[in-house]
Order: sequence, then C-alpha cells, then structure tokens
Amino acid sequence: MAGEIQNVVQDPIIRVRDITVQFGTTRVLDGLNLDVERGEILGFVGPSGAGKSVLTRTIIGLVPKVAGSIEVFGVDLDSSSTSQRRNVERRWGVLFQQGALFSSLTVRQNIQFPMREYLRVSQRLMDEITMAKLAMVGLKPEVAERFPSELSGGMIKRVALARALSLDPDLVFLDEPTSGLDPIGAGDFDELVRTLQRTLGLTVFMVTHDLDSLYTACDRIAVLGNGKIIAAGSIADMQASQHPWLRQYFHGKRARAVMG
Amino acid sequence: MSGDPKLERIAQGNALALCATGTWTASFAPVLERIVADAEKLAGGSQSIFIDVSEIAKLDTFGAWLIERLRRSLTQGAVEAQIAGLSANYSSLVDEVRRVRANAVVDRSPITITGMLEQIGRAVAGVAATVAGLVDMLGAVLAAGARTLIHPRSFRLTSTVHHMEQVCWRAVPIVVLITFLIGCIIAQQGIFHFRRFGADLFVVDMLGVLVLREIGVLLVAIMVAGRSGSAYTAELGSMKMREEIDALRTMGFDPIEVLVLPRMLALVLALPILAFLGAMAALYGGGLVAWLYGGVQPEAFLLRLRDAISIDHFIVGIVKAPVMAAVIGIVACVEGLAVQGSAESLGQHTTSSVVKGIFFVIVMDGVFAIFFAAIGM
Repeated sequence: MAGEIQNVVQDPIIRVRDITVQFGTTRVLDGLNLDVERGEILGFVGPSGAGKSVLTRTIIGLVPKVAGSIEVFGVDLDSSSTSQRRNVERRWGVLFQQGALFSSLTVRQNIQFPMREYLRVSQRLMDEITMAKLAMVGLKPEVAERFPSELSGGMIKRVALARALSLDPDLVFLDEPTSGLDPIGAGDFDELVRTLQRTLGLTVFMVTHDLDSLYTACDRIAVLGNGKIIAAGSIADMQASQHPWLRQYFHGKRARAVMG
Repeated sequence: MSGDPKLERIAQGNALALCATGTWTASFAPVLERIVADAEKLAGGSQSIFIDVSEIAKLDTFGAWLIERLRRSLTQGAVEAQIAGLSANYSSLVDEVRRVRANAVVDRSPITITGMLEQIGRAVAGVAATVAGLVDMLGAVLAAGARTLIHPRSFRLTSTVHHMEQVCWRAVPIVVLITFLIGCIIAQQGIFHFRRFGADLFVVDMLGVLVLREIGVLLVAIMVAGRSGSAYTAELGSMKMREEIDALRTMGFDPIEVLVLPRMLALVLALPILAFLGAMAALYGGGLVAWLYGGVQPEAFLLRLRDAISIDHFIVGIVKAPVMAAVIGIVACVEGLAVQGSAESLGQHTTSSVVKGIFFVIVMDGVFAIFFAAIGM
C-alpha cells in the first residue's frame, strides 16, 4: 500500500512495527506500522473509537500488545532493561486527555514532581524552572499555588503540558490537547506547541480531532482506520487521497470552513 | 564537543569572558548549578563580562535558565554582562527564558504558635459546623421523605433495593461471622472467670443481656459504619468530584431525593435485620462455647436463657438499630457531599465519615442507656 511506504522514514524517534492489540476478541490494532521522525509534529487522526488513544497508550506501555515491536529513541521497549526503560521514560512527556494532574498537589508541586524524582537540584532552581515552564505555556506565576480543582479546563491542559515538559523531554505525546478548549484557546495551544517544538527541538506525537490543529500545527498526518495506518503524509496528500473516510474528513463542511 | 559541562574563565584586560562548553541540559543540572554559583562569586572585579555560549553542545530550559540566572546576578553586581555566540537554534529558547520573572519564589508559611492556636480555634468552630451540617441533612432527608410520601411515584424503589443488597444482603456473612466469634469469646471469658465462684450458669444471663441489649446492635452498627458508611461517602464524594451531582441538580432532580434518600432508607431497614442476625449468631456462638468448653448442655442453656431475658431486652436492643442507622447514613452522606476536588479530600472525608459515624453511634448508645434507665426498661 502506498501509505505504508510513505510511512517509513529515516532515523525515526518512534518505530512501531506490526503492532496488534486486542481487548477480548475485538482486535483494535491489527499489524500497525508507524514511524515518527525526529523533530516533527505528527498529527494522528481517525474516526472515534478507531484506537488512536490505544496506540498512544500502547507506545507508552500502558496497554499490553499481543504482537509487534516498539522502539523509542532506538531502544526496543520489550527487551530493554529497567534502567534503559527509565531512561526512555525520562526523555518523554505525556499529556493525558483529562490532564491527569495530581489532585492533591498544587500546580507547582505537580510540575516539580518529575524533577524531584529524577534530578537532584536545589529547591530554588526547581522553583525558577517551574516559573519558566509556566511562562512558556502562557500561565501567570500566581497559578503556581493553586490546586488542580481550582483551574479551568484550558488551564489544566496548560499545566499538564508544563508538567509533561518539566524534564525537557525530546518527545511529547499529546492526547487530544485542544479538545474542550474554545477556538481561540485551541489556536493559542497550537501556536504554543509550534513554538515549543521550535525552541526546545521537540518531537510531538499529537492525537487530535481538531482540523485547525492539523492545518496549523502538524508537519505530517497519519490516519488510523481498521486497526492500520491507512494514510500518512502532508496535509496536501490527505486532501488528494481518494479514501472515502479521508475524503469526508478533509472535504466535509467543517474542513471547507477551516480552509476558508 | 559533548560531555560534561564547563565554564572557563578567560581574562582579557578589563573584560572577562566566561566560555561555556559541553552539554547544558537537565541531566547535568546539579553540576551546572554549582558551576554557575561559583562563577557568580568569582566574576567580581571585571567591568564587562561576556558569556560565550557558542561552544555549548546541547542546551535546554535548565541550561538556558542557569545562563540567564548568571547573567542577571552579574548585572545586579553593576557589571555589564552579555551573552554572546548564541546559535540561531537556541536564541528563541534563551529569549523565552529571559521573559521569566525570577523573584516569584513563594515563601512557605512557617509554623508559629499563633498559627497553631488558630488551627485549634478553627477545629473547635468546626465542631459546631459539623453538628449544624448533620441537622441540616436530617431536615433535608425528612423533607425529601415527606415529599416522597405525598408523591409515591417519585420514590426510587430500584435504587433502594440495590442499596439493600449492598448494605444488607452482602454484609450478612461478615456480620454473622464476627458476632458469632464475639459471642464465643464472651462466653469463654465469662465461664473462665465465673467458674471460680461456681457461678458457671450465670454466663448465660450475662451473654443474653449483653448481646441483646448492647453488643449485638453496637457491634453491628460499628461494622456497618466501617463497611457501608465509608462506601456511601466514597460514592457520593466521587460523584461530587466528577460534577455528577451538579448534573442531577441542573436536570431538575434533588440529589437528596435521588441519592441520599434511597441510601438512608436501605440502611435504616438493613441495620435492624443485621442486628437481629448478629444477636442470634452471638447467642449461638456463646451457647456452643458454653456447651463444648463450659459443659452447659444446650437444653440447660435454653432454659436458663428463657428465664434470664425478657422480650424487653430484645426490644431495647432492636429499637436502637434504626436510629443508629440513620446517624451513620446522615454522617456518611454529609461527608460525601462535602468532598472537594482532590483525591486527598475524598480520602479525608471517607476517614472522617467512619470516625464520626462510630463516635455518634456510641454517643447515641449512651443516650439510649440513660433513656431506658429512666423509663425502667
């Protein structure tokens, strides 16, 4: 399939090969292949319930797979030792769909949590870096002492992103980062991801439904369907595709509105 | 070029160049912090300082911030400090960090005597608030009950039956087992001590009165507070956290009527049943031990039991059960609805639901003891 060939890149940061994931008898992912290039923002789309979050969670190691292999930073996660795996985990950050902030810790403690675990640095430096991260994600310093229950939905996403970035990872997974945000907030978030990718040299794996994000933030788009990647490429490739779901997705009423 | 980070000093007349090399990233943050602190001290005396970063192999937020921190502290010391040799890749990162306000570090409030006194004051005031909350909930439940009596169709039978299964039927094995064992222990201890006076048979009197009047219902109430009170608090608390209770309210439902009333009713019905089963199990256990350990024949045990206790003892015990159930239920629901947004708050309120539930059960038991003594039962 043409999509499969485009999908393979040189020196990938994530290399997923023949992944199969099954819940009971339902096969969610069926021999899926995917490469993510270093430094790119990959937008990952597909119909609801197609298994986008499942693939993300499989790569991170939260969902067990039946078959296949996953390499992140060139380390095979199945055959890696505990210390190798910890090393990989230190170099990625994850933004969960609902934020998954620790509800009993303040924003500052949430952002400092990974630093406290992995780095032996002074409280002063942690506080300063926390403020830097908050500024990077566009939040005011006052937010630092609030608890997650006192934050709005958009702020939760931003704090969760700040926590995902707290160790300066090379790779971040974003699971529907703009869902539940107003269009302006979502636009700002896309811009933010772009800026961070440029300043920190991040690789971003972004599951999204937001057409605006695909147009403005993503370098490359991969489409999931029937447990496989049915297409991967630039936004122009997507628009040119003859696949029925893609045609509907990229030529529907909403897509036309986005394209203007 | 990569490797351990370093900051070399190169003096050039009046000016000083600090040449940064190596990897300035989070992994080396502890080393970097030390290097920067040293550089801040050593740099005095020069009028202008260049921080040359062109030889840095890798830079991230930690490295960029530490260089910025160095620049700021040098500038404060009336030295002209400049960052030079910034590559295009990293300039945006350094610009980003430059916008950060550093003095945002918050002091943690220290522990003081006034602070501790304030906490004690708040805790005392909290007792009054707790009682007010319980009375409030009692009123709300009674009002909801009255509304349900007027409009019986709004009564949630399915929910009540479901909670009956949870708090009554599923609690039977553990309640029966524990009361059985307690009955055994009371009988064994009684026989062991009464034997010295040759008063073995009086153990039946003690067992009967103790189990029917006090132990049976009190023990079961404590178990129910631990088992079902905590479950109610956790259920309502997590519903509160996920805004499910707000959702109910906006759809025009009264959470008290939908959530609290069926739970309360289930508990009020369940506790007398459990107390009765518990009392029977305790008597059975006591009888068994009296027979096997004390040599009291079952016929003699039953005969003696019939003489020793009257229906009054049983009534005194069982009358307390629904009241204790109501107390447990109200405490659990008040605590559940008081849960705030965090997991910690859910844990605190579940704990306090069980603690307060057991406390009020024992207080009620004391009130009943005075009452029954006054009316001569």
